[in-house]
Amino acid sequence: MKQKSKAELWIAFAAIALIYVAVTVLEQTVDSNHIIFTVLKKGAIYSLVAVSMNLLNGFTGLFSLGQAGFMLIGAYTYSIFTMPTEVKLTESVYKYYEAAIKFDTGIFVGLICAGLAAALFAALIGLPVLRLKSDYLAIATIGFAEIIRAIFQWDVLGPVTNGANVMRNYLDLTDVKIPFTDIAFPPTLYVFLASGVCIGLIVLLINSSYGRAFKAIRDDEVAAEAMGINLFKHKEMSFIISSFFAGVSGALLAMYQYTVQAAQFKSAMTYEILLIVVIGGIGSVSGSLIASFLYIAASEWWLRGLDMGKFLGIEAPNLFRSGFRRFVFSIIIMMIVLFFSKGLMGDKEISFAGLVRRFNKRAKTAKGGGIDG
Amino acid sequence: MAENVLKLENVTMQFGGVVAVNNLSLEVNKGEIVALIGPNGAGKTTAFNCVTGIYDPTNGKISFNGKTIVENHPRGKMKKLYAGENAKLYVNSRTVDPTPDMVTKLGIARTFQNIRLWKSMTVFDNVLTAKHMRAKQNVLTATLRLAYKEEKRMREETAALLEEQNLLQYANDLAVSLPYGLQRRLEIARALATDPKLLLLDEPAAGMNPQETQELGEFIVQIKNKYDLTVFMIEHHMDLVMQFSDRIYVIDFGRLISNGTPAVVQADPKVINAYLGVAE
Repeated sequence: MKQKSKAELWIAFAAIALIYVAVTVLEQTVDSNHIIFTVLKKGAIYSLVAVSMNLLNGFTGLFSLGQAGFMLIGAYTYSIFTMPTEVKLTESVYKYYEAAIKFDTGIFVGLICAGLAAALFAALIGLPVLRLKSDYLAIATIGFAEIIRAIFQWDVLGPVTNGANVMRNYLDLTDVKIPFTDIAFPPTLYVFLASGVCIGLIVLLINSSYGRAFKAIRDDEVAAEAMGINLFKHKEMSFIISSFFAGVSGALLAMYQYTVQAAQFKSAMTYEILLIVVIGGIGSVSGSLIASFLYIAASEWWLRGLDMGKFLGIEAPNLFRSGFRRFVFSIIIMMIVLFFSKGLMGDKEISFAGLVRRFNKRAKTAKGGGIDG
Repeated sequence: MAENVLKLENVTMQFGGVVAVNNLSLEVNKGEIVALIGPNGAGKTTAFNCVTGIYDPTNGKISFNGKTIVENHPRGKMKKLYAGENAKLYVNSRTVDPTPDMVTKLGIARTFQNIRLWKSMTVFDNVLTAKHMRAKQNVLTATLRLAYKEEKRMREETAALLEEQNLLQYANDLAVSLPYGLQRRLEIARALATDPKLLLLDEPAAGMNPQETQELGEFIVQIKNKYDLTVFMIEHHMDLVMQFSDRIYVIDFGRLISNGTPAVVQADPKVINAYLGVAE
């Protein structure tokens, strides 16, 4: 691919910087209980896991559905590691068990360890599972995620995972401090920064020599292997890296939610993420980003009224009641799949040059001179 | 006597009850262009797939530059089913069973009968990706752009290679958008990007007209001399085979039926029978 021009790169940086400035300003001016912060935080977390899933499903062509399992591992590792030792020793969380892990770490270390734990599991699972192809791989990874969920609720592991009980009182978003001070870090900005760094790393990977090797495997395995790309090594690598970031996003989700319970990480969660990836476009990072914010905004905010009896100013408590939101949501998804079968972005990325070109084309057509296209 | 680069000894490939390649032995010497011909279904591509590690031959030994790269004897179910010859020949030797990427790393590159370019990638990326195998960067240095020097070198080499193949003008086009003949040429360029010593071409002239075929032949000679290659090809275009190859091996129903210089093979009645059928 042609290397992006310098100007385009700077414009992209500027756009990203602008987003961060906007988030900062928003956080300082708008009341922190506003729903928009829920959308932004959860959207950023889901962006990260969607992009990590896209790395695997969209760029390496491995149809894996184990994302919720890796998020669970990340979330639990984070909560166990960052829960202060004093809390572990009292009965406030570990009511029925005696906590086995008697140390605690900071937030940053916790996040990294969450990723590493998920990556470690991925490495082990990958050994047998990555020899499977397409549907079989999907089935095996779903199975893995379900098993992980069951194991984390297992009584015997109670001293570590607190059994099926809720994990809480670990370090969450309100505990993030600006380094070397005691001032609280703006939580939404923190989630944006953490996800942003991770997504940035994934994008760098995708555009590196290894990223090209992943795409070669997706396009044609036989040719990739004949050109000297070690299939298993690269698939395993993609799987581990994808799981690492899924683990980190699980940890961020734990931070955001204040409590974590294994029962939450059902396969429905994986489908949610898969949906985001498909809506955004398989093989498009910017598509995943847009789709996750749209999805979260729609499900948490815009369509909320459908469950609450009032939507767009219409009051119909008999129609708009609990569950109706899901009904409408499903119809929207079906429409998207029917009319945008490649997702919002296909496998393209947003590029400023592309927007300019499109705009010029529109302007030309509007003037009536759009013959040359 | 020239040293042989590729040597197949008693290679047999059996699928279930079908013996696709039967006791095939041949040699390709350094600097030669050797052709493997035979009627449809004779087992030519199967023989190629055995060399490049896509198939694991049922029996036999393949060596490259004197080093054994593939070796096997009938095992497991094949012990009973085996219908080829020389079943006992390699029983006591270790099996060597490489994956295709290992073979390519040793210096054997190939093209495919039905073009297998990476569809979503540009012409430039297709060649650049083939250089990944020889890159020394690891995933960390690649992601963090610490290996930018190597990346730059790879890009320059790719551009030079494309320039030389007259493909540079298409660098940013999707590989599949090229005309058929150029796709074939790009596949060869991609194979060259892996720094091979031996180039296996599977029907490089398939679907080409006589003019294009002639050009392709000259092109093969040209790259052979330039990169100090040895070429082993499967081809159906007899004019290409007769004009450009140094030696020819003819197989039919998996067996070697004739070999020698083009003139010898052309005059061999067994070859004529294989292609035209035996007169009653």
